[in-house]
Amino acid sequence: MGQPLIQAADLSQAFGDRTIFSHINFTIPRGAMVSLVGANGSGKTTLTRILLDILKPTSGQVTTAGDGHLQVGYVPQFRNLDRDYPLSVRSFVQLNQLGRPWPWHTAVEKQALNHVLTETNLLKLAATPLGMTSGGEKQRAYLAQALVNQPDLLILDEPTASLDVAVKHELIGLVRQLNQTNGLTVLFVTHDLPLAKEFTDQYLLLQNGRMSTGSAQAITDDMISD
Amino acid sequence: MFQLEFMRNAFVASTFIALTCGIIGVFVIARNLSFLAHTLSEIGFAGASFGVFTGLAPLDGMLLFTMISAVAVGEMSTEQSRREAAIAAISSLFMGLGILFLSLANKSASYATNILFGSIIGISVHEVWQLVVLSLFMLVVMFFAYRYLVFDSFDSIGARVQHLPKHFLSILFLLMLAISVSISAQIVGSLLVFVLLTLPASSARYLVHTVPKMLLISVALALLGVWGGLVLGYYTNWPVTFFIATIEVVIYLGTLLYARVAQGD
Repeated sequence: MGQPLIQAADLSQAFGDRTIFSHINFTIPRGAMVSLVGANGSGKTTLTRILLDILKPTSGQVTTAGDGHLQVGYVPQFRNLDRDYPLSVRSFVQLNQLGRPWPWHTAVEKQALNHVLTETNLLKLAATPLGMTSGGEKQRAYLAQALVNQPDLLILDEPTASLDVAVKHELIGLVRQLNQTNGLTVLFVTHDLPLAKEFTDQYLLLQNGRMSTGSAQAITDDMISD
Repeated sequence: MFQLEFMRNAFVASTFIALTCGIIGVFVIARNLSFLAHTLSEIGFAGASFGVFTGLAPLDGMLLFTMISAVAVGEMSTEQSRREAAIAAISSLFMGLGILFLSLANKSASYATNILFGSIIGISVHEVWQLVVLSLFMLVVMFFAYRYLVFDSFDSIGARVQHLPKHFLSILFLLMLAISVSISAQIVGSLLVFVLLTLPASSARYLVHTVPKMLLISVALALLGVWGGLVLGYYTNWPVTFFIATIEVVIYLGTLLYARVAQGD
């Protein structure tokens, strides 16, 4: 953990006359695993969209370390993939390798693909159609797809909402392990406070349009008031 | 059979049609656009009738109509929920226009049958060349848009996060679909283009699980259908389209059965 990877200064967002949050400040240190918590509708997704550069904030700015171009891996909350989804786990993860347009992949790309499949324990499932895998395995495939380009920042958007407790711990435990061994910076968006407390270094809490931050150890179960 | 010029033309044309439809079909299925593919073929019918009415070549009429309406559908239905209704409205309108143009052109009913159900006898060398050039052009475009189109088609949510130009890709694909429909309608007929654009690709996704393999299998099954149809049509004098449709349906049902059995154990 060290220099800030992302610094948000005086950030405000409103849609029409509805203010989502105003004048918030926070930093995400490089190599940290940070949770973004808050009640439903508190603006977690809006903030995520700003960090992903999909949405321009109403005012304020986000600065990123280095040359300003941050490679972000994102695991979205919903995926519309049913039981009949035909692509294998390997092909699904490969979708995000966009270095060149034509069909065949270079040796370097294949190596990166195998590496990420190994890291996410998906090597044995690589040839299985994604539609036939379990909920936890699907989440690991989404994670692998987000990681295949070795991003500077990984954003997980409520990935545990539909998982049972054991699978949830396994998934976030895996992310934590990648965070600690590879120095991957992670923003974990969730409303699962015990999970945030167990697996992250610090929290960002969005509440009533304001942001507060602190060490993950200080997270309490009644922190979010609806 | 290859002594006859129209059979040679038909084989070359249908080979390129199978190649194009097999490839485009994989994306039609992945993007859930079967209904639109069907509608575009009806629009193709209207375009061909318009061509007959105005003296344009039927293929040019079809290209004109399908490409304009493909872009229109793309612009109208950025919201998924609105798409079905938009397509239904456009489809009815164009079927009506097709009948109007044919009646104004004073052509016999057999002409309409040719456009709707296809004809292998009517295709000239010039049309074969036009078809081959259009097919090759599409393959080149596909080559340079391949990974973006694959990502957007097979994981649209993931693609949005990567800032892919989704709208551009959508219009580009609809235009390629419009061209495929237009060139295929000459052999299999505008009512049954749908068969080549959906069934081989639907079968392929039950058999293999990577995009390149799906493309390969889909093209192979489309080729099996058109070649088989031409040969059987030649020897029986029954309509080629009947055989193509039957072959593709039988293969599709076979793969469904295979998938059932494979998943069952």
